[in-house]
Formats: sequence, C-alpha cells, structure tokens
Amino acid sequence: MSEAKKFNFIGQRTIRPDGHDKVTGKANYAADLSLPGMIWGKILRSPHAHAKILKLDTSRAEAMSGVMSVATFDDLPSVSNEAIQSGEGAIDSLDLGRNVLARDKVLYHGHAIAAIAAKTVAIAEKALELIDVEYEVLTPVLDLHAAMKADAPLLHEDMFTQGYPEQPEKPSNIAARHELKMGDVEAGFAEADVIVERDFVTPTVHQGYIEPHACTVSYNTEGQSMVWCSTQGHFDVRASTAKLLAMPLGNLKVIASEIGGGFGGKTTVYLEPIALILSRKSGRPVKMMMDRDEVFRASGPASAARLTVKVGGKKDGTITAMQTSIAYEAGAFKGSPAMIGGMTAFTPYNCPNVYCETFDVVVNKPKVAAYRAPGAPQAEFGAEMAVSELAEKLGIDPVDLRLQNAAKEGTQTVYGPKLKAVGLVECLEAAKNSPHYKTELKEGEGRGIASGFWFNIGGQSSVTINMNPDGTGTIVEGSPDIGGSRASMQMMASEELGIPLNDLKPIIGDTESIPYNQSTGGSRTTFATGMAVIEAAQDVVHQLKERAASLWNVTPDQVEWRDGSAINTAGEGQMTCAEICAKCEKTGGQISGTGNVNARGAGPSFAVHVCDTKVDMETGKVDVIRYTAIQDAGKAIHPSYVEGQFQGGAAQGIGWALNEEYVYNDDGVMENAGFLDYRIPLASDLPMIDTIIVEVPNNFHPYGVRGVGESGIIPPLAAVGYSVGDAIGANVSELPCSPPRVLKLIQEKG
Amino acid sequence: MAVVDYQAPQSIEDAIGILQKTDIKSKVMAGGTDLIIQTKSQTADPVRVVDLKHIDGMMSYTLDDGGMSLGPAMSCAEFTTLDDVKAVYPGLSESAYLIGSTQVQGRASIGGNLCNASPAADTIPALIANGAQCVIEGNNGERVVAVEDFVTGVAQNCMASDELLKRISMPRPAPGTSDAYLRFIPRTEMDIAVAGAGVSVTLDSSGKCTAARVAIGAVAVTALLVREAAEALIGTAVDEQALDAAAAAASAAAKPITDRRGTAEYRTHVVGVLVKRAAKIAAERARGVK
Amino acid sequence: MTKVHVTTSINGDETEFLCEPHDTLLDVLRNDLSLTGTKEGCGSGDCGACSVTLNGRLVCSCLVLGVEAEGAEVGTIEGVGEADNLNVIQEKFLEHAALQCGICTPGLIVSTQALLAENPSPTEEEARYYLAGNLCRCTGYDKIIRAVMDSAETMRGEVK
Repeated sequence: MSEAKKFNFIGQRTIRPDGHDKVTGKANYAADLSLPGMIWGKILRSPHAHAKILKLDTSRAEAMSGVMSVATFDDLPSVSNEAIQSGEGAIDSLDLGRNVLARDKVLYHGHAIAAIAAKTVAIAEKALELIDVEYEVLTPVLDLHAAMKADAPLLHEDMFTQGYPEQPEKPSNIAARHELKMGDVEAGFAEADVIVERDFVTPTVHQGYIEPHACTVSYNTEGQSMVWCSTQGHFDVRASTAKLLAMPLGNLKVIASEIGGGFGGKTTVYLEPIALILSRKSGRPVKMMMDRDEVFRASGPASAARLTVKVGGKKDGTITAMQTSIAYEAGAFKGSPAMIGGMTAFTPYNCPNVYCETFDVVVNKPKVAAYRAPGAPQAEFGAEMAVSELAEKLGIDPVDLRLQNAAKEGTQTVYGPKLKAVGLVECLEAAKNSPHYKTELKEGEGRGIASGFWFNIGGQSSVTINMNPDGTGTIVEGSPDIGGSRASMQMMASEELGIPLNDLKPIIGDTESIPYNQSTGGSRTTFATGMAVIEAAQDVVHQLKERAASLWNVTPDQVEWRDGSAINTAGEGQMTCAEICAKCEKTGGQISGTGNVNARGAGPSFAVHVCDTKVDMETGKVDVIRYTAIQDAGKAIHPSYVEGQFQGGAAQGIGWALNEEYVYNDDGVMENAGFLDYRIPLASDLPMIDTIIVEVPNNFHPYGVRGVGESGIIPPLAAVGYSVGDAIGANVSELPCSPPRVLKLIQEKG
Repeated sequence: MAVVDYQAPQSIEDAIGILQKTDIKSKVMAGGTDLIIQTKSQTADPVRVVDLKHIDGMMSYTLDDGGMSLGPAMSCAEFTTLDDVKAVYPGLSESAYLIGSTQVQGRASIGGNLCNASPAADTIPALIANGAQCVIEGNNGERVVAVEDFVTGVAQNCMASDELLKRISMPRPAPGTSDAYLRFIPRTEMDIAVAGAGVSVTLDSSGKCTAARVAIGAVAVTALLVREAAEALIGTAVDEQALDAAAAAASAAAKPITDRRGTAEYRTHVVGVLVKRAAKIAAERARGVK
Repeated sequence: MTKVHVTTSINGDETEFLCEPHDTLLDVLRNDLSLTGTKEGCGSGDCGACSVTLNGRLVCSCLVLGVEAEGAEVGTIEGVGEADNLNVIQEKFLEHAALQCGICTPGLIVSTQALLAENPSPTEEEARYYLAGNLCRCTGYDKIIRAVMDSAETMRGEVK
C-alpha cells in the first residue's frame, strides 16, 4: 500500500447508515418478525445435569388442544460425525444434532429434549408439562478436576483422548491433548535468575448478548424454506440446519435479521433446526425465542479454565523460558478452544523456549461457543499475571520488561509462522507515554498492565455493488453487522468510487442473494469483507470508465476516474457517476461490480491495557477507577467504532475479571441464570474507558486494516487481576475478583 | 401461577371482598415487580391479581408532627422524591432508592417490598430502624403490627389471605435523631442485598447516644432487630469503640445462609461493617438535626 | 380465560386492545400492537431493553400487566422524535456512535429522555446510576454516557 495515500472518507467519524432505524426502534431483530398463521415453539429442557433418557413419550402433549406439532431427536433425519463449518471452527454434526435435541442421554441441566409448537406460548408451555420423560440420573461431572480423574463418570462412553501417539485403552472425559513447543524450556529455566510459577483458575462466563436467541421460520415442502434469525453467520446457519435436516442448501433461505449482540455466541444453531421441524410437521410458520434463563443454561458460554504457568527471566530482563499446562472445559461435547489458549498464551513475547500442553475436557455443562478471541483470554490471563509478577521480582517496570521482550516482525511463534509487521511495541510505547501510566497511584490504589494477542482471520467474503440508474448504489454484503460494520463498508466503497456516502446503501444479503460468506467472527469483517467491497467498488469503477469511454468514443485507458467522475484525458469531457449510470441502457446494460475474496494475511492485533483499581479493604469490593485501552488497528476505517470495539472488549473483560461467573449447585444446576445474579457491568460500574488507536498498517489490506474486534477482551483479565493484587498486596490467582474472594485474600495476608 | 383474572378495586372494602372469594387464589399486587416475575417463572395454579393502586390512600402519604403515614403502594420513584420525607427519614428514603433500577423503582413500592417479605428486602431494616408499624385491615377490622413482627419467614407475613396492608406508619423521630441504611452488593446497582443494615440513632445535646435501633437484612430468614447492637451504641458518643462493638453484636446476631449471592461467612462479616458505617452516618446526621 | 378489553393511550394515540390477564404490557406492545421497537432482553426487569413510560414514569414493560394500561398513558420508542425528525437524544446517540448492535438503544433512549425530563443537568455519575438498569453489552457505556451528557447540554442550550 502507499503510505502517502490520502483518504476522503476513511478515518472520518461518519453517521452509520443503519443508525436511524436503530434509534427509532424500526430496526428488525430476530424476535421482531411475525408471519400470517404463525405459531409458537417452546422447548422441554432437562432438569438433570447428567442422565439417561429411559423413556420419552410426547403423546399426551400431542393430544392437547392447540398443540400443532412436536419435535424430538428422532425427527432429525440423518446425522453423522461429519464436520460442518460453524463460526470460527468446525463442529461434528452428530454432536451438533445431539446438542440441539438430546439423544439417549442428557448432558447438562437445560439440555433440550423435545419441542412443541402451539397456537400460543401459554399452550406450548402447558403442553411441555404433558411430555413424559423417565430418567436414570447419573452423577454429574461439574469441573475439570472431577472430569479428569481416572475413575470419573463418563459423559461419552466412546470418547478416547485424541493427541497421544496411540489411542488410550480406556475412554475418558479428556477429548484431546495437544503439545506446542519450541526451543528448550528446561535449558531456558536453567538460565533464569528468577522463576515465577503459579496456578490460575478462571470461571465459566457467558457472552451476555442482550438479545436472546430467536427465529421465525417457514418450511415449504415443495419449494424453498425460510429461516429468519439472529446470527453472526447465516450461511453457517444454512449449512448446519440443512445438514441436520438433510436438505439441499438451495432449498433453504436464511435471512440474517439485525443482530442484538453475538460476541461469538451466535455462530452456531440452537433453535433453527427445531423450528423448521415444527414448521414442517405443522405446516405453519413457527416462531421461537429463548427466555433469558435458557440463554444462560443452554447456549454456549466460554470455557472455564485451569492453568499452571511458569516463566523465567534473567536479571537483565531477558525472558528465558515460558511454559504452561492448560485445561479448558468444553461443556457437554468436545471442542473447547484449549489449543488456541496454548497458541496465544506467550505470543506477545519474543522468547525462544516455549512449551504448552493443552487439554480439551468435557463436563456436564452447556457446550461452549466462541466468545471474543475464543480461548485467548483465559491463557493470556495466566501468562500476563506471571510476567507482571516476574517484572516485580526482577525490579523492572512491567511495561519495560514487556518492551524488552516484545514480539515484533520476524518473531517466531510457537504455533508455526513468524510474525509479519505487528504493533505490539508501538502499543507498549503508547501505554508508557499515556497520561494514565504517567499518573502516580494514590494510597490504596493498584495498577495492572497486560498485553493481548489475537491472530485475526481473513477468509471468504463476497460482495456485489449494484448501481442504480440515478448513480446511487447498493452494497450487498454477506457479513451480519454486529457492531456498525456497514458504516465501514459504505466508507470503503465511497472511497473507491468517490461518490457521497449516502449514495451507497449497504445491506446484508440473504443466503440466496449473494454467494457464501464466512460468519462475522475472527475480527474478519472489516478486513476481509472490506477487501471484497474494495474489489467490487473497483470493478464498478472499471465498468464506469468503460462506459464513459464508449460514450466518448475513446479507449478505457484514456479515461481517468477522479472524485466520482470520469475524466476524458484524450479530449474534453467529464461525466459523473450518475450521468454514466443514467445512460447504462445505451452502453450495454446495468452496472454491477463483484468482489469475491478468500482473504489471507489478516494482521494480528495486539492490545495493551492499563487498569487502576481501588479496593474496599473491609468488604473486598473492587472499584475500577481508571482504564486505558490501547490497540493496533492497522488503519482505523471508522475511529469511533474502532474505539467502541476497544471499549466493549475492555468492559466484557472487566466483567470477566470482577463479577461474572456461572454458579452451580452440586447437582449441576446453574443458580444464577439471569441478569440479576449473572452480573455483567452496569453503566454505574465503569469509568470512562480511554482509548489510544495505534496504526501499524497491515500490508495485506489495501488500506492497512487489521481486525479489532477481539484482542480487547484479552488484557483486562490480567490488567484488572494484577491491579487488584497490587492494591491489596496479595497474589490474585483466581477469577472473578468478587468481593468474598478478594476479602479472603486480604484476610489471609493479615 | 397463571393469572386468569385481574381486578382493580376502588376501595379497601371492595378489595377485601374480592380477597374473600374462594373460587381461585388471589394475589395482591402493588407495583408487581416481584409478583409478575413469580407468575412467569412458575406454572401452577390459576390466580386472580388484585391491583391496589386504584384505592384511595394507597398511593399517598401524610407527614406531620405525629410522624408519617404512608400508602403502601406508592412507587419508590415517587417516594424518593419526597424531600420532606427525606429530611426526616433519610435512611428510609435511601433504602427505597436502592431497590432495583430506576425502572423497577417506577413500579416497586415500600408496601410491596414489605409484604413480599424477602429476607434481603432493602426497606425492611430501614422501616424497623424507624419503629414502623403496619396497619392491617381485614374483615374483623383493623390491627397494628410492628414491622419486625409482620414478617414471619421467607416470603411470609402475618396477614391472613383476606387481610390487606392499609398503611405503614411511623413515629416522628425524637429531637436529635436520624437514620441511615446501607446495603452491600457486588456491583454498584441492580443486585439484591448480600447484607443490609438500617440504623436510627438519637443523640443528646452533648452528643451522647440516648436511643438507637439497629436492624439487619439478608443475614437471616427475616430482617432482625438487634438490640445488642443498639445497646452497644446507647450511652456512648458513637465513637470507634462503640461502632466496633455494635458491628460485633450485629455479626453475632446474623444467621445467614450461603447462596449464589454470598457465603454465610462473608455475610456475617459484611453485616458488621455495614452496621458500623450506617451507625456512623446516622450519628453524623443526628448531630446536624435540631 | 376471557380476554380483557383495554383502552389506553400510546404515544398520544388512543388505542384499544384485547389481552389475556397474564399478558405483560411488553407482550401486548410487541405481539398485539406490532410496536416492536420495545425489545425483550430478559423478561424480568433486569436489562431495561423494554423500557417505556407509564403515566410519565419510567418502567420496564415486562413488569407491567397489559390490563394495567387501562386509562393510562404509555410512551414507547416509536413516540420519540417526530416522523421526519430525530430528537436531540437520538441524534447524539448517532453522532457519538453510542450504539453497536443497537438492541439496547430504544430502551436507553426512552430512559435518557426520562432522565433529562427529571434532571436536565445530571452529573456523569447521576446519569450512570439513573441508566444502571439499561444493560449494554457492546459499548462499555463510554460513548453512551457521552451522548447523554451532550444531549443534556444541547437541550439546556435550546431552552435558554
């Protein structure tokens, strides 16, 4: 890319194109669509965390007046162990089917067993009580310790730990074990003057999107069925649903509604296949919406984790070795991001000797789903806490220690490639020079600083820009807009076309109006879909130039495109985009540009956060009094929404660090399945979150963009955690830093 | 429960008449912030909702030299804007302000908070600290019960199914008296109290405490009036030593459970901290009251 | 179960509807009157997405029975601003990028309007506490609070 590139739109703080509908209540979210003749679906959920289903009889419910259809696992025509794309990874479709509707066994409290569609919600709920289920209750396995014991009750009798050279003789709750290593950690630790070794624990937390999962569907036996739902990836909803129902992809149209938050949690299906079955069997459109407690009990949380971290350093500040052993809860089915934890834990450091061992472990809790940088916050929490402690023991400023050992272009990662140009050093320097870091703490306050690394992904995006006869255009993209990405798409297209923002309307096309797009995840949208937008816009410009050339009777290379107009360099003349479009009919028909990319080279985004806290020493309550989030955006397309990603990630991370956790009783029943007792941060809990946008261009994107959506949730866990420890003079090793836990640390230290 | 009938009587007599019907169970509603959630979360018997908000006097108050008489269904949002009440019972006003969000306060009432009888109800310790009384109307006439005796257990009060809480009354505090209510929650708002403490203190002209009432919440099945904590303050200048003694007495009286909101051990400790802090605030306020 | 006939005023329009005694005002607004701007996030008064005004008082419509709307005045997001004109709060939310996914936005705007009607000059702390019952999971509240404070300032300027 050219460093000197001057932008007309990029970097401005424009008004988002979908904003008007959202501040007036006109925007339609998942639960907002109703269809003629529509009926309502509700789900029967397991009252046990672990049990065999001995009998499932829906006949009494089916006989009830007003009940229109019933669904159970037996209605899923065929599911095998085939992998299907889901969100940021692939999921085993048999597991997916058994998560959507239990077969033979229930594996967590709240596991869906059967569903009923009825004329009203009240009838459906009443009918659920008429479903007869007999269980053989089994001992639930509720945490990593219990699950990893040799004699632990098994969730899946046929699951053998993957990742050992030979398949183990006995089945296990450990789904997989992986190793990542480089250099020689033993030699590295032998070189160290100071070694820090600690255990860390993090809780199960939920993405906490405010919009519950919901969908409205209509099955059409003869033609095309329709699903309207809130999802980060409607193409993946189509793939999963079609797979579970054995439908050709072309028979299913999925429309992405406006999405009321996802954070990774809306990258799989829960309701959609069930609703389609209910619709197929009743011949009626069906609407389903989870209650908030169903969202907590049965939609993907993020893994609870246990890890041991060991880091060693020399007196001169060189980190010589880094090692961790990590276990992540996967929930009821395999597939936690444990390995990603291993891949990310120490990547902010240019350390030659690294060893990570990771375990993916099933427990009787809901299957985990992606949550903003899935797998990274837990592992990097432990790593960053240990590095901060190492700095303290070496008597080196924690930013300086990180700067001295910072990963940079050419640094070898433990997971394979060497890093390309990255902005960690710039972020750390910005932190060091920030007004926040330069302000000294007052008595009783504590400070924590932490880095965060996230890969970011690229992948497949397809965009069409359809020009209208009046010179306006529609940008048809396939990336559901969770946080304002339509604004960025509009800006990038305007930048290329040189026409006003409001002349271009970005929309999210359904699965039949645009080719396949990967889901909105991995911080890929502004990067990869942005590339497709730029490509499509350039295609439009190319065509506009050709049309102008034919009207002027010159060759296309004699036409220049400048500020939204064609310029005839071979003679006199200028034509605006609108003038060319108006004459399309005479020059060969309408103009439509396409961009189809499988984007590579997503630049990692490093983040560095600084957090000050004050602790009530008599109650253990933590108050975050100052917070600064610094992150590399490569190039900020819309700075306000880039800052918004930093701030939103910081707030979620602060929640993770302070008060959020799933509380289970001994029977495996979640006791705080609501926003009353699952305590996400409130407006009154947080200070302003200062932001610094660092821009180290990603050379693989025409404007230098890096995804910014995820890294921001990583540093808060250790920034807050270390800050609390600093304030109370004790070592924090377990999250959340809830008042009872912090008070205990205060009391233990005496 | 499933709501199958809704009645909004215009008088106490009509309300009691409805409560006496035996066809289905009746549930009295003021703000509905607890009741409506209960009707959603349980699927059981059909119930009739009897909305009190249209009854004259249920939504109003009087404050005079004799004290306050409060319509139990007045919303907390309205109650907390009453400056004359806030001047006399600042702690009670604060307790009403702490219930839920602005939106919840727009509906929730002190009477509802009291009758719902959650162990963690914020207004109950503040009412007890102020010596509040419940005026109950029933078929056999009126009876008056002290707030500390009104609540009999978790979600249980002393009223018969055809009785109504008509007024909440409390005496005008003696000269040199003020109150405070504090609760502990993990966040800054929205949570249910992990522990709560309402304290009323009377100081004489020399600053000596001549009377006190200390009530604690969320640390037993009902809010407790802790006489030992009050006695620790009476006769002192409400100094650190007295405050520590009151805190210790409160912690000793607490019989909390461990649940998702806090451990018994933590609650026992924190309720003492709250008593100490609330007593300190009440005493500071009392020093400023003529 | 017999449906109850209710006559009420919604955003100044006289409105009649039939509802079950157990239906909440939120159910009625969304399912019977197609006023889907009011959102459901929890159904238990803990998230504020369903905030409306009832006789001028800010409430969660999930904690109000539909039948209680009889004779009352209800205000929803659909009544904020004019048909062709956003009000100051709506404009400031857009200008400050105070929304990401936007599901909490209608509730926050209704709440902010109630806040500024009660208190035209809130401090940042007062605004944060007043709005504590409106959960936002996307923004970390920073830009929301800036939009609220700027709205207050602008509105005070207008009446000067």
